[in-house]
Amino acid sequence: MNSKKKEPLIHITKRKALTWKQEWLVRLAGILIALILCAVITTFTTHLNPFGVYAAMFKGSFGSPRKIWVLGKELAILLMVSVALAPAFRMKFWNLGAEGQVTVGTLATAACMILLGDKIPNGVLILIMLIAAIVAGALWAFIPALFKAKWNTNETLFTLMMNYVATQLTAYYIIKWESPKGSGNVGIINAHTEAGWLPTLAGQKYFLITIVAAIVTVVMFIYLKYSKHGYELTVVGESQQTARYVGIKVDRVIIRTLLLSGAICGLTGWLLVAGSDHTITTSLAGGRGFLGVMVAWLAHFNPIAMVLSGLLLVFMSRGAGEISTTYGLNPSYGDILTGIILFFVIASEFFINYQLHFRSSKGKEE
Amino acid sequence: MFNFVTFFPRAVVQSVPLLLGCTGETISEKSGNLNLGIPGVMYVGAISGVIGAFLYEQKSGANFNNFLAVLIPTLACLLGSLLMGLLYCFLTVSLRANQNVTGLAMTTFGVGFGNFFGGSLIKLTGSDVPSIALSSTSLAFTKTLPFASKAGVIGKLFLSYGFLTYVAIAIAIIASYVLKRTRTGLELRAVGENPATADAAGINTTKYKYFSVCIGCMVAGLGGLYYVMDYANGVWSNDAFGDRGWLAIALVIFTIWRPNLAIFASMLFGGLYILYLYIPTGTDLAVKELYKMLPYVVTILVLIAISLRDKKENQPPASLGLPYFREER
Repeated sequence: MNSKKKEPLIHITKRKALTWKQEWLVRLAGILIALILCAVITTFTTHLNPFGVYAAMFKGSFGSPRKIWVLGKELAILLMVSVALAPAFRMKFWNLGAEGQVTVGTLATAACMILLGDKIPNGVLILIMLIAAIVAGALWAFIPALFKAKWNTNETLFTLMMNYVATQLTAYYIIKWESPKGSGNVGIINAHTEAGWLPTLAGQKYFLITIVAAIVTVVMFIYLKYSKHGYELTVVGESQQTARYVGIKVDRVIIRTLLLSGAICGLTGWLLVAGSDHTITTSLAGGRGFLGVMVAWLAHFNPIAMVLSGLLLVFMSRGAGEISTTYGLNPSYGDILTGIILFFVIASEFFINYQLHFRSSKGKEE
Repeated sequence: MFNFVTFFPRAVVQSVPLLLGCTGETISEKSGNLNLGIPGVMYVGAISGVIGAFLYEQKSGANFNNFLAVLIPTLACLLGSLLMGLLYCFLTVSLRANQNVTGLAMTTFGVGFGNFFGGSLIKLTGSDVPSIALSSTSLAFTKTLPFASKAGVIGKLFLSYGFLTYVAIAIAIIASYVLKRTRTGLELRAVGENPATADAAGINTTKYKYFSVCIGCMVAGLGGLYYVMDYANGVWSNDAFGDRGWLAIALVIFTIWRPNLAIFASMLFGGLYILYLYIPTGTDLAVKELYKMLPYVVTILVLIAISLRDKKENQPPASLGLPYFREER
């Protein structure tokens, strides 16, 4: 059918592995181009000079100690979700259900706070909340994992649907618990007694969240890199046949990994309700389940590198938030900038993995 | 208590965005591209149409022409969705990026794009209207046949909709026919099932993937346009479109990748979506929230059922979600 005699203009081949320095140079170049493009667009909409744009964004993220703490908290929560996704993705299990897993975590935490608040000692309450949240998150991940392991049900779509089931379940309980009646929201839970609230450490409300996220990240890094479990799930991700051949029980690995993934998401929900927001809404997870997918993917599922990719995205959204309030733009402006950056980073992966040969430079033809 | 004649048209009105989104996603998935950017594409399609209509209403003034009022937003919508489709293809097909990540990035971008321009369009164009309410454009979109209102129950059930409703059904039927019965459809499905084999058979996989994703995006974009112009009477409000894009993706599974089934399934979903309004729950408002769960639970059950039965023709396209690179094996 294709009788073109001419060699194609561009010929693509797979590259030999780059050193990680070169890899990061390519990625940085991608981010840089994206940032320049974002600045141009922002200049166009706000009539601000491009340097002013980034000065304003920097001020929005790092302008005051409070802003830095908020940035730290946002990063910590996003990092937790990304870290939770890492083992599942390494196994090539596309868990798009982190949003729902976090949501049921928040729901379980809030349930304990509302139903058990002031009835039992605070320490016990917080512990019960923690366990409930972890179990809820793990359960939400277990269901799709079970079907994937036993019957190879498509996990991308299954986990995606589980998100909405979680959202509606939460909406149901919000109306059950709403206070004052008819307001449609729960308000601050235990506002007077602060029962079930995480303690303020070192004078900072968000200190505990940051610490938990840091520990989880490091532990996950070690788990993936040095533990037998981490090795097994990587093999399953590379090839299920190979895994079976060397005697790894694939279905058990899938279920175990997803239980872990969901448990960390549940833990994140616990942090959100008990440590930061002290209330429950259907959108507490706030799209982090999806943003986390991208953070994890950009970092090649390496928990330590996720700190950087997470920081980039959190910085962009906080910074864009600052710009949109200062210049009276719609807050969705941040999503546009985030989207542009993501497109460029996604594209830069190509130049890390593949090489272009133009016609004159003689690509090898078989 | 339950009045079918009032319920059915409302279910149909709900179903059209879902049907268009579902048909678009099916066309795209049949070529092996799991486009999770569809919710974003639908937002972009909607806002592009709104921008087109807004500019036209501002410019035209007295000599407002119904035909142009439909044509301009539709073209703007198709163009916007096409650009999103090209972006997705360029990243996933030409640059072989991961489809899930690209799709989610497109959804983030698309929803942001829609809400940003929806919220700032008035400020950016410096006009003096209080909100985006494109009532005259919407009237042009919702025009029914002149005798529809006189045709009694039949008229109410089948003829009371704007033209996009019928366009949506026609697209679904055509898509179904092309996919199932034509050579193009066969080759397209081959690309989605096993691109390496298709490539070896001389099928241009890149071309098929580009065309199917772009056409899919344009169809889905129309769903967004329908929502604003017909369902919402030309009033844009941020986030009003909600999670219909994801529901459309769910519908693709529910219909086991068949657009002709989607016509009825989307009405069923549309019905499930608003069923809570019709079920007498008394004072217990909370239960309504549980009813809203129904479309998703049903989808999960279907997903499980098709994987349990393991029938070949009901499975997702075999290479769904995987990038194809000729030199990799």
